[in-house]
Amino acid sequence: MHKVKASNLTRLIGFVLLGLVLFFVSNRVDELRVYQGASVAMYVVAISSIILLTGYSGQVSLGHGALLAVGGYGAALVRNEFNAPVWLCFAAAVLLAALWGALLGATAARLSGPYLAGTTLALAVGLPSIANQFKFLGGEQGLIFDIGLPPASLGEFFSQYKWFFWIAALTALIAMWWLQNLLRSRYGRTWRAVRSQSVAAELAGINLARSKILAFTVSAGLAGLAGALLSMSISTVSPGAFPLSLSFALATGAVLSGVTTLGGVIIGAVTLVAIPEVADTLTQSIGASENVIANLPGLMVSGLLIVAVLFVPNGPVEQLKHRQKR
Amino acid sequence: MSLVIESLTVEHGAIRAVNNVSFSVKKGELAALIGANGAGKTTLLRTLSGLNKASHGKAHWLDTNLLHAKPEQLVRHGVSHVSEGKSVIPELTVEENLEIGALWRRNKKEMSQSKALILELFPRLGERLLQRADTLSGGERQMLALGRSLMSKPELLLLDEPSLGLAPLVVEQIFQSIRELTKTMGITVLLVEQNAMGALKIADVGIVLNLGAVAISGTASSLIADPAVRAAYLGY
Amino acid sequence: MFQLLNTVLIGITAGSIYSLMAIAMVLVWRSTRVVNFAQAGMALLSTYFGYEIIHMSGSYWLALPIAMLAGAAVAATIELIFMRLLLKHSSQGAIASIAPIIATLGLLGLIKSIIGYFWGNQDVTIDSPFSNVGFTLGSHTLALSPMKLFILLAVVFLTLVLSLIFQKTNLGLALRASAYSPEISRLAGIKVDLVRTFGWSLAGAAGGAAGMLQTANGNGTLSPDSLEFSLLLAFGFIAAVIGGLDSLIGAVLGALLLGLVLAFVLTYVGGSLVFITAFVLLLVVLLIRPGGIISQKAGRRA
Repeated sequence: MHKVKASNLTRLIGFVLLGLVLFFVSNRVDELRVYQGASVAMYVVAISSIILLTGYSGQVSLGHGALLAVGGYGAALVRNEFNAPVWLCFAAAVLLAALWGALLGATAARLSGPYLAGTTLALAVGLPSIANQFKFLGGEQGLIFDIGLPPASLGEFFSQYKWFFWIAALTALIAMWWLQNLLRSRYGRTWRAVRSQSVAAELAGINLARSKILAFTVSAGLAGLAGALLSMSISTVSPGAFPLSLSFALATGAVLSGVTTLGGVIIGAVTLVAIPEVADTLTQSIGASENVIANLPGLMVSGLLIVAVLFVPNGPVEQLKHRQKR
Repeated sequence: MSLVIESLTVEHGAIRAVNNVSFSVKKGELAALIGANGAGKTTLLRTLSGLNKASHGKAHWLDTNLLHAKPEQLVRHGVSHVSEGKSVIPELTVEENLEIGALWRRNKKEMSQSKALILELFPRLGERLLQRADTLSGGERQMLALGRSLMSKPELLLLDEPSLGLAPLVVEQIFQSIRELTKTMGITVLLVEQNAMGALKIADVGIVLNLGAVAISGTASSLIADPAVRAAYLGY
Repeated sequence: MFQLLNTVLIGITAGSIYSLMAIAMVLVWRSTRVVNFAQAGMALLSTYFGYEIIHMSGSYWLALPIAMLAGAAVAATIELIFMRLLLKHSSQGAIASIAPIIATLGLLGLIKSIIGYFWGNQDVTIDSPFSNVGFTLGSHTLALSPMKLFILLAVVFLTLVLSLIFQKTNLGLALRASAYSPEISRLAGIKVDLVRTFGWSLAGAAGGAAGMLQTANGNGTLSPDSLEFSLLLAFGFIAAVIGGLDSLIGAVLGALLLGLVLAFVLTYVGGSLVFITAFVLLLVVLLIRPGGIISQKAGRRA
């Protein structure tokens, strides 16, 4: 017991330290980096939701973009209707998305493999466009999600983007700390059991369906949170912000991070944000044609994904651990 | 000597499933490979048919090297392996299960001739020709698996525990069929079995495998008479 | 009255094109047990080859079979290089079930980028060989034109040919055996790897046909990000799942059902609900028959 408590405390300290580091860094880098930092934080939360669902509970979802959309819309609606403080909007996003996750999980509990993949894909294709049907969801243009200016106490020169970053980073840190605790608890162990030996788990008395639904619910809640962060950073929420390619990008990020462990999640998040910029720099330095400029980022993401799945299927973190054992 | 195995070793990580095994079988002989569960019998058979990779050693059937070929290639050299347990494709019909054994020969006439022959040998299969294989009983499935392997006109037959899970009466029939068929057709057989008595009774020679290595080998009758073998494997 | 008829016609035409895509996915699933999202990308690439042929020769009739051949060749190449690597490297762990899916997604992106590089991201046009003007019945125009009629006939023909190959030929038997049990098939002397490649080639050809027909069915424009192909991918896959991934007939039925339902929603309810309807339909079917319409066992754990 003593050991467990000690490592819990060390991890908490680790997160706090990380937060402090990020705080210092944010004061020293330029606007673009800070904004990218907010994106990275968003992706960290989003990718971790997939790691939970797939790496831990063994279910596949190609439609998490839809759950992000639910979170984004939820946050925006609460903000616009009730002028609620930011943290309340985020809480609403989490709850709403989690509710959807529970529903989806209940229906998905009977499905597996490609059937589950197909269903979630259909959701990703279908859900964002539903916004066009209902007026209160703002149609094509969507809704505005304005979290307001940074408080005056932070000074005149505190930029909007830095404010975004602080909120996003703090949210991500808290979410990750909470998630790690969850994954190390008996819930996490149960999920792992369900994933790898579902028959044995069932015989051991674990209620498979309930465990799977719980995983979906938590995963959806996280996704909703990420959606709220996404909407915050672009100040709007619309169907166009959650295309099918977002769901695919998240799956990519999860694979790059290593689907089975939370530790590598930052790798996937940074890669997703970095690729467009790396592609930009590359094309500029070689003075490439328009065709190349338009297609290089896509090529890089896809190529990276293929290489990762083929050669580092369990993610670089797992690969390293494997090497160390030898 | 037609089936020659020399110092064959198969390693699974740190474990030697097959440990420096050497023996040989004459053409036309029926050899029984017996031993306890986990003795390495199945691994040995799978290595001979190309499903597993050997770590060291040699194995030859006539002049074919068994260790460096894919299973589907070995079939073309007259080697047929009936694996234990799942040996028929449940979703296909009885007829289709038979046919896949002769597909590689690409000769429609030969295929129908072989089919007719097999159905003569196993009339019960003829009755169920168009039924899905998963509607068959255990004994019928074993017949079907045997029938399929005979469709490829094998010269060397590797049989993995054909009696597994079958009722004693059926086991008798299966063993008798195996002996009759292979003797009439001149097929060399390596029969892996946990049912040591049943296997030795129909065999010419026997090899006892223990923890991956050869413990005793000799003629079947000498093994049946051997007190150590009787105590360990024959139950008396 | 005519609106009803037209809706049915639209549904059947769209459904029949989706069925080609669904068939392609079922073919790959049955021979490799992998869901191939890159199928639409391969179909797209084949259609671009078709476009080149039309560009050079002006003939759609030459382009269609060549696009199918190109599709077969591309699919075979991908299977030989890509899939064999994939199956070798990633067969353990949690990733085992989703790795092939993700890899084919990556492949899809790769193909799209390559197309964009070689042909540009702007639209190119393929003119349809038949008139797209609907037949007239008195003063009404039917949603059935010579082109659409051709599409229906072509799909029926291709489905029949593929079913025949699968059920009546030795090659089809080898394909089915290899899909159900690769190990037993090997021990029976079937060259499972070669057979798999052939299965993929068939799928590639079907995809190529789907691409050529889909483009001619629409307004003839082609581009890497074209909506038609995204729809083809999503709906083709959904149709395959509805039909039960194991059956060619199921794929056709599922696609027709999907096409009809979507057409009705489009005509009588409104365009923006079309996508969510696909989701609802899929959900309803899977709740009743978790393995799809034509599944052998209810509650199949893939």
